[in-house]
Amino acid sequence: MFNKKTTATVDYSKGHVAYLKAVKKHKLMVKLCQVGFLILFILLWEIAATNKWIDAFFTSKPSSIVRLIVNLSRDGSIFKHTAISVFEALMGFAIGTVLGTFLAILLWWSDFFAKVFDPYLVVLNALPKIALGPIIIIWAGAGMSGIIVTALTISLVVTILSTYSGFKEVDEEKIKMLKTFGASKLQILQKVIFPASIPTMINTMKINIGMTWVGVIVGEFLVSKAGLGYLIVYGGQVFRLDIVMAGVIILAIATALMYQLIVFLENRFLKWRQ
Amino acid sequence: MLTEKFVEIKNISMNYHTLDGETEALDHLSFDVNKGEIMAIVGPSGCGKSTILSIISGLLKPTSGEVLIHRKVVEGTNKSVGYMFQSDHLFRWRSILENVLIGLEIQKKLNEENIHRVHKLLDTYGLKEFKNHYPNQLSGGMRQRVALIRTLAIEPELLLLDEPFSALDYQSRLAVSDDIAEIIRKEKKTAIMVTHDIAEAISMSNRVIVLSNRPATIKNIHDIQLTCEGEANPIKCREAPEFRHYFNRIWKELDVYVQ
Repeated sequence: MFNKKTTATVDYSKGHVAYLKAVKKHKLMVKLCQVGFLILFILLWEIAATNKWIDAFFTSKPSSIVRLIVNLSRDGSIFKHTAISVFEALMGFAIGTVLGTFLAILLWWSDFFAKVFDPYLVVLNALPKIALGPIIIIWAGAGMSGIIVTALTISLVVTILSTYSGFKEVDEEKIKMLKTFGASKLQILQKVIFPASIPTMINTMKINIGMTWVGVIVGEFLVSKAGLGYLIVYGGQVFRLDIVMAGVIILAIATALMYQLIVFLENRFLKWRQ
Repeated sequence: MLTEKFVEIKNISMNYHTLDGETEALDHLSFDVNKGEIMAIVGPSGCGKSTILSIISGLLKPTSGEVLIHRKVVEGTNKSVGYMFQSDHLFRWRSILENVLIGLEIQKKLNEENIHRVHKLLDTYGLKEFKNHYPNQLSGGMRQRVALIRTLAIEPELLLLDEPFSALDYQSRLAVSDDIAEIIRKEKKTAIMVTHDIAEAISMSNRVIVLSNRPATIKNIHDIQLTCEGEANPIKCREAPEFRHYFNRIWKELDVYVQ
């Protein structure tokens, strides 16, 4: 009862073996259907475009997208655009998370401070930050810095608000327990507030990955110099749907990988969550 | 018998202020606790029992009156006081050993000697194999024992127990109260325990204070003298012939104030 680990050498009953088999089979079916659906979709797209059921000028088709990606990777430009976007996203994400967490700590530290800034944060949170894009590009420069600032602006307010509310949700009694040992405010932050909020912070990060990418793509739309966002907007302007689709596909892969990275870190460092 | 006054509560009153008004919680309470004694405080729910403990621990400042521990007035939290809560408040991200060491960590007293002592406490009280486990792998009774050791780790001279067993089911409650009373006696600590369980109060303590409804005043103080055969442990003490008598008297005193 105290140790949930089961050893591989345990002999299961027939019924249990059958149960395990059924679970495994179910999982396999789900995986197969997931892959099957994707393959079917791509095949149908290809066939429909080749047989002119749909107009390939508007929809492009998988084979020409693959050809384009191969060509672009030969001259290395696809890697350049992807690397630029990924770098901007990582920077925006990292700065947004660190700065947001820091500001959340300030709000937690001073209740007065938190009350004063509450209405401002609420308004900023409700405001669609994309509207600030043009202003940010002008202030921070029409280049990488402008894009990074756009990306972090979008995730910052959410980070502050959700991290702060995570801090506030920590059980008062646990704080009282530490106080009976004579803990200082810094110690309370260190020993209970921060570690107890890590699950909330990870969830915030998962949301922020998406937010940051929205910022990066919008920034690249506006700046239009390089990156996946530039590729997509350029492809749209010259009506090369294969470029647009290729950009979107690479973008999907990049965001999924970044999300998986967070999941990996979560599993690695949050063993006690079980 | 010469008894040394360890805690002196002198005429304390406590008023809570909220925007809706003022609530009187405690009304001029005075009592002493002797060294090595377990004192139980019972009273109707919401009468301010926990407030008394918060004041003794220095977490709350009384509106008037003062508390002396070792003839020193309590101002702010005191390192010679250990506080045990209703729920164990173990940190789920820390192993049992790390949980137990948190008090020493905060007071910056993590040295080899203290760590060794904590190891010995865990060994003595049946948690030897669980040092590297996480709290969610332990049963409720064991977690409560861990919480007590966490409190004992800082070597407090006075223990404050705030309904420490009420989160447990009845069986573990009996077993754990037995365990904990024994640990407190063995480690020669002075303890003040708040509870709403009359049987628990009588079986575990040397004296029982009965409080009135809010604002709390002292209704009566009972000296508990039970003739338990052999070793005096709380479960056996419940079979003593005087037990029923104390129970009925305290019950009646409480009943007057329960509508």
